[in-house]
Amino acid sequence: METAITNQALATNTEGYLLDYTQWTPDWGIEVARMYVIELTDKHWEILEWLRQKQAEGVALSIRKVGNSGITDIKQFYRLFPGGPLKISSKIAGIPKPVSCI
Amino acid sequence: MKKNLIIIGAGTAGTMMANKLNRRLDTGQWQITIIDRDNTHYYQPGFLFIPFGIYQPKDVVKTRTEFLPEDVTFLTDEVEQIEGELNQLRLKSGDVLDYDILIIATGAEIAPQETPGLKEELWYKDIFDFYTYEGAVKLAQKLKDWKGGRLVINLAETQIKCPVAPLEFTFLADAYFTDKGMRHLVDIKYVTPLSGAFTKPKATQMLNGLMEEKEIEVVPDFYLASVDNEKKVIVSYDEKEVPFDLLITIPVNKGDMMIEKSGIGDEDGLNFVPTDKFSLQSKKFKNVFVIGDTTNIPASKAGSVAHFEAEILTENIQSFINNKPLKATFDGHANCFIETGHGKAALIDFNYDTEPLPGKFPLPAIGPMDLLKATRANHVGKLAFKWVYWHMLLTGKKLPVTTHMSMTGKIKEENKETSLV
Ligand SMILES: Cc1cc2nc3c(=O)[nH]c(=O)nc-3n(C[C@H](O)[C@H](O)[C@H](O)COP(=O)(O)OP(=O)(O)OC[C@H]3O[C@@H](n4cnc5c(N)ncnc54)[C@H](O)[C@@H]3O)c2cc1C
Repeated sequence: METAITNQALATNTEGYLLDYTQWTPDWGIEVARMYVIELTDKHWEILEWLRQKQAEGVALSIRKVGNSGITDIKQFYRLFPGGPLKISSKIAGIPKPVSCI
Repeated sequence: MKKNLIIIGAGTAGTMMANKLNRRLDTGQWQITIIDRDNTHYYQPGFLFIPFGIYQPKDVVKTRTEFLPEDVTFLTDEVEQIEGELNQLRLKSGDVLDYDILIIATGAEIAPQETPGLKEELWYKDIFDFYTYEGAVKLAQKLKDWKGGRLVINLAETQIKCPVAPLEFTFLADAYFTDKGMRHLVDIKYVTPLSGAFTKPKATQMLNGLMEEKEIEVVPDFYLASVDNEKKVIVSYDEKEVPFDLLITIPVNKGDMMIEKSGIGDEDGLNFVPTDKFSLQSKKFKNVFVIGDTTNIPASKAGSVAHFEAEILTENIQSFINNKPLKATFDGHANCFIETGHGKAALIDFNYDTEPLPGKFPLPAIGPMDLLKATRANHVGKLAFKWVYWHMLLTGKKLPVTTHMSMTGKIKEENKETSLV
């Protein structure tokens, strides 16, 4: 499936997560954030960059890991990405939907 | 001089490894040593049944040494630090041990102190865990005279040992109060950080259905931040509140403090050890292997998982000793019974790639069991697990279940045909 939310269409899964995180652009992030009515601040960007870096390192992500990153705490993370902070921030950052392993 | 293989932790995984390696390694060349803090082995799966009086406390306790082979040295001590660069362990007694190969099997423990308000005034008064012997025994006393009210079962984290145990507790509680004729006085809520009763779609669908049938409300996406002892509410990070009269908590689960002290824990601060999910070798040191609840691999933290891992790890340690590639690969296989109350249970069987599916699970001699379906036979299987645990699993005997998950009997959604692989 392809989703066109900026002027380019990128391959996503049915839930709107990018299939290839290397195709991501900041514009893509801004537009996805807009769908969640989130205006991206510096703090948001810092978190998004951290998420992308971890993805590149092959690290499995969890809310607790973000809370332990030194960039933000869990409470602020919830405020910045209300609803499901890790699911939403991952979608904005262009990385796969976090999986729960159990 | 003999070489040293040391196992830290004589719980489920460590005991199995001691037995298997003792049979497979050349004991003329290798000295196997296993270390634990004390000589009491608990059958943790039995903790689930204690609160309801189904098991008595004495049913779940034995010594560690009765399951360890004579040739293996058992040390009662605590490892305070692993010094991976030096291949050394520092013990609480002050001793320092050298190892050639190390196996970390230190499990996971509850850490209620991680959540503000959880282990304060109401702890073991109106807030209980059943993941420890003490918690399960105290909860049994509490439930005996409890007059009813709001019963809340809450998971503080997703990475917990035996992820199905909280569901089982909930179903057994429903049955317990029904049998006592007071179910109408108890409002049961299951409050979870997951988006449903379980993680994988088909199992979640089945379990959500059971919840509905039993009139248990599932409160999803609730990530516990704190407990207000005065108001008697649990509070989430996004400031949702759920009131309780009796709170059954599954607190954050963590690996041992020694992992943190040794600087070998994962980034989330939960003290689980970064481990290769296929070979079970530690990611940091080649001669260190990790097994059971204390790995960070994306598999369930369960005794059955530790059993399958033990088969793989035994092979890989032999390969390691012979300078051969670590060819045996763990597939994430888990096999769990889920008690659903009133003498029935369901069974799930899955791995890294395949979610729990419906169908039949073949068991030689005993006959096929139903997957993802509550039956009496599965309940008998669940209770038989205690016997299997003490008499076969711990001593590393072969169980009638394949190490790698098999698709035999499982039904895939698409074709509704029994797979023959
Ligand atoms: C309520 C409940 C129900 C469960 N139900 C099931 C079930 O139905 N089926 C199933 O398959 N599994 C079940 N489990 C899970 C199962 O019990 C665990 O997955 C299993 O025991 C893990 O084995 P382990 O060896 O990794 O850890 P453990 O068996 O916990 O052993 C770890 C050992 O390491 C020791 N240790 C830790 N740190 C140190 C140190 N620094 N120095 C020395 N020693 C140390 C500890 O004292 C402990 O003895 C259940 C668990 C609970 C709590």
